[in-house]
Amino acid sequence: MPKLTLDDLKKLREKARRTTVLREGGDFRAKVTVHMGTCGIAAGARTIMNTFMTEIEEKDIRDVLLTNSGCAGLCSKEPMITVELQGQAPVKYIELTPEKAKDIFDKHVLNGQIVQDYALGIGSEKTDVS
Amino acid sequence: MEEQTSEKTYRIHLMVCAGTGCVSNNSFAVKDALKEEIKKQGLENEVLVVTTGCNGFCERGPLLVVEPGKIFYQQLTIKDIPHLVEEHFLKGRPVEKLMYSPPEDKTPIPVLNDIAFFKGQVLIALRNRGLIDPEKIDEYIARDGYTGMAKALTEMTAEEVLEEVKQSGLRGRGGGGFPTGLKWEFVRRASTNNGGIKYIVCNGDEGDPGAFMDRSLLEADPHSVIEGMVIGAKAIGAQQGIVYVRNEYPLALKRLNIALDAAREYGLLGENILDSGFDFDIKVTRGAGAFVCGEETALLASIEGRLGEPRPRPPFPAEKGLWGQPTCVNNVETWANIPVIINRGADWYHSIGTETSKGTKVFSLVGKINNTGLVEVPMGISLKEIVYDIGGGIPGGKEFKAVQTGGPSGGCIPKEKIDLPIDYESLSEAGSMMGSGGMVVMDEETCMVDVARYFLSFTQDESCGKCTPCREGTKEMLNILTKITEGKGTEEDLTLLLELAQSIKDSALCGLGNTAPNPVLTTLKYFREEYEAHIKDKKCPAHVCRELNTYTIDEVACVNVGKGCDMCRRNCASDAIVGEKGKAHTVIQDKCIKCGVCYDVCRFGAVKVD
Amino acid sequence: MNEERLTEILGKYEADQSAIIAVLQDIQAEFGYLPKDAILTVSKEMNIPLSRVLSLATFFNAFSMEPKGRHPINVCVGTACHVRGAQLILEKLERELSISSGDTTQDGDFSLDEVRCVGCCGLAPVIMVGDEFHGKLTQTKIPGVLKKYQK
Repeated sequence: MPKLTLDDLKKLREKARRTTVLREGGDFRAKVTVHMGTCGIAAGARTIMNTFMTEIEEKDIRDVLLTNSGCAGLCSKEPMITVELQGQAPVKYIELTPEKAKDIFDKHVLNGQIVQDYALGIGSEKTDVS
Repeated sequence: MEEQTSEKTYRIHLMVCAGTGCVSNNSFAVKDALKEEIKKQGLENEVLVVTTGCNGFCERGPLLVVEPGKIFYQQLTIKDIPHLVEEHFLKGRPVEKLMYSPPEDKTPIPVLNDIAFFKGQVLIALRNRGLIDPEKIDEYIARDGYTGMAKALTEMTAEEVLEEVKQSGLRGRGGGGFPTGLKWEFVRRASTNNGGIKYIVCNGDEGDPGAFMDRSLLEADPHSVIEGMVIGAKAIGAQQGIVYVRNEYPLALKRLNIALDAAREYGLLGENILDSGFDFDIKVTRGAGAFVCGEETALLASIEGRLGEPRPRPPFPAEKGLWGQPTCVNNVETWANIPVIINRGADWYHSIGTETSKGTKVFSLVGKINNTGLVEVPMGISLKEIVYDIGGGIPGGKEFKAVQTGGPSGGCIPKEKIDLPIDYESLSEAGSMMGSGGMVVMDEETCMVDVARYFLSFTQDESCGKCTPCREGTKEMLNILTKITEGKGTEEDLTLLLELAQSIKDSALCGLGNTAPNPVLTTLKYFREEYEAHIKDKKCPAHVCRELNTYTIDEVACVNVGKGCDMCRRNCASDAIVGEKGKAHTVIQDKCIKCGVCYDVCRFGAVKVD
Repeated sequence: MNEERLTEILGKYEADQSAIIAVLQDIQAEFGYLPKDAILTVSKEMNIPLSRVLSLATFFNAFSMEPKGRHPINVCVGTACHVRGAQLILEKLERELSISSGDTTQDGDFSLDEVRCVGCCGLAPVIMVGDEFHGKLTQTKIPGVLKKYQK
């Protein structure tokens, strides 16, 4: 490792923040919850989770919170996720595949357009975005 | 540097506390179990396990904070881990039974910031606590680490740095409370002799029993101390820094050395730091266990490899310090405040605290208190808020009696003064002092005469022996106090104690001696009736002074309530209890050594102490 | 005493006289005490009068001139431990081991000392056995703690 210059230090800080931003409780523009009950996992929720993780990493997105929760109660429609944009009603998506998940990430999470084709309902339940 | 710059994204970070308190509580085993279980569940690419420095809530260790969301888990054991990993990290269902519930109502509080212990705290010196891995410099940098230093070295002149620290109103956090900027200015103005260099010393010889602020800081955030020292060096014009750490703090030593190596590797220490043309490096010296070495002249002597004895001041170390050169000595917490002051500006810092005491202070809150741990609070907060809001009050519904601050040099503040605002002046007026930040809470079962005797025996033991008032005077005071706790004291002893105290205060060579009588003076001032009970009635109201205690067993309670359970007899250390199961038990006073085990083990309140 | 280790320790500091305390610390850590021969060697090799080495060795609490037990027990007598009953714990240990504070048992298994605050005040009262901490102790828990180390 060569000696840092002032510029290097700034770059290093930006890079390292990717790791620590998660811990700082700042504002996230969106929260994606993957439902991971036993039925969800059996239906492939882990693959959906991994898809979102890859998307976030590849696109270098820092203000989207990815989390998991228990069973959403609609076992036959698993895998399911809930997408909540800051200040908007949560949207549930059902019967997901990695392709659908990517689509939702691009259109809804990043650009705010609800993907009606995969959506179950809007505003049914609410959780705290922060 | 591969392992330090984590390129991967994880959705969950598990912040495992690895401060000494939690480590003693087996937190490394918990960490290993977490890692193993996460792997078993196939979550190793999703969940990152991070070891952090002291979280502060030592009472409840081992601790784990789950990010994002700051879900707080406490008192974890290895057995809890498989369930926790499966439920929370795999299935997303936080586990309530591992969360903190306040003693008064049993509802679990999931989020750290909602817990009363953390709520009232303002973190400046401890700004990174629980948020970074202290062994990873990148994580420190991510939290604006070394930006204050960069600003000081590349954008500011030495005078401007000095002025900023002066304006901030920061005062020494090691005990004396001397204005930091002013001290720096003295060293800056002093000239070196014989072509020598100026030195900067970080005093980490935290000797006060019951205080662990410096240890926690060095363990949790060593880079903040390093960064503060580089900034100080720029202001003063020093080229060499030394951190003096107690030998009893192996973890702090280890993390400090890792931090120094990493900073050197990045060129944040050494020659031409950040191309600014400024050179500075830091060495570590281990203390060898002598309380008096917290005194700055004794500390410098010990760094030079000499006996840790103080010498008269002046000359102050600012003029003639290490190797006879101008030296600036500040303690760990003081240095840790510096980067933030430069980063956020003197005005911001100046806005926190009281008229004469700016910023925050870290205290180790210990003794008879529910929430033992490390707290950082704004100056001016009342003692009451610390004891009751943050500390959660006294365990077991006992009555609060006093708080001891300032260690062996400080004093006891009685409950009548519970509204006292915490700042340098108020504490001095109450007869105590800020000290380095030990805060020992005492309840109705603490004997104030015994406390005074305890501190005197400490200073007596730690007196280096160089000056007579301290060496002989404290010994005489200790003898009198011991006599009183044994019920052999007289009224005249109290007068003699006061006289001795005054003459030691006036004539001892260094701070250790000057302040040694404080614990006696404050307890005599506020708790004279306890001294008198020992002397006149031959009783210790708190039942601490053993010679004055008599243990008896209430036969009715023993048989009727306890059914003669025999626990006291079986646990008695000196075969002083007679009786058999189902029948009344009695204490044979001649044989009793007054260890109090019978009182502790009796679940029926049949054993009485008077 | 292992002469080789002593030479290594001395080599690390290159006879820098100001490093004398560090040298003694390393010897203490290596051998568990300061053997007489080691003190003589240090004085000779570092060219420091024996009287000065001895005054340092006896001044600082970190140094001991006697070997400690296989399981050195340190009872924390810091303020927090004191108000939570450290003295009773110490005396219980003295009775259990039939030795006084500062001594070593005849079989060399345990030595008993007092230490001023190990900084785990949250766990008071605390004792250390070797490197292991035992906290929130009561007199009745002591036999169980000792049992862990007794063969």
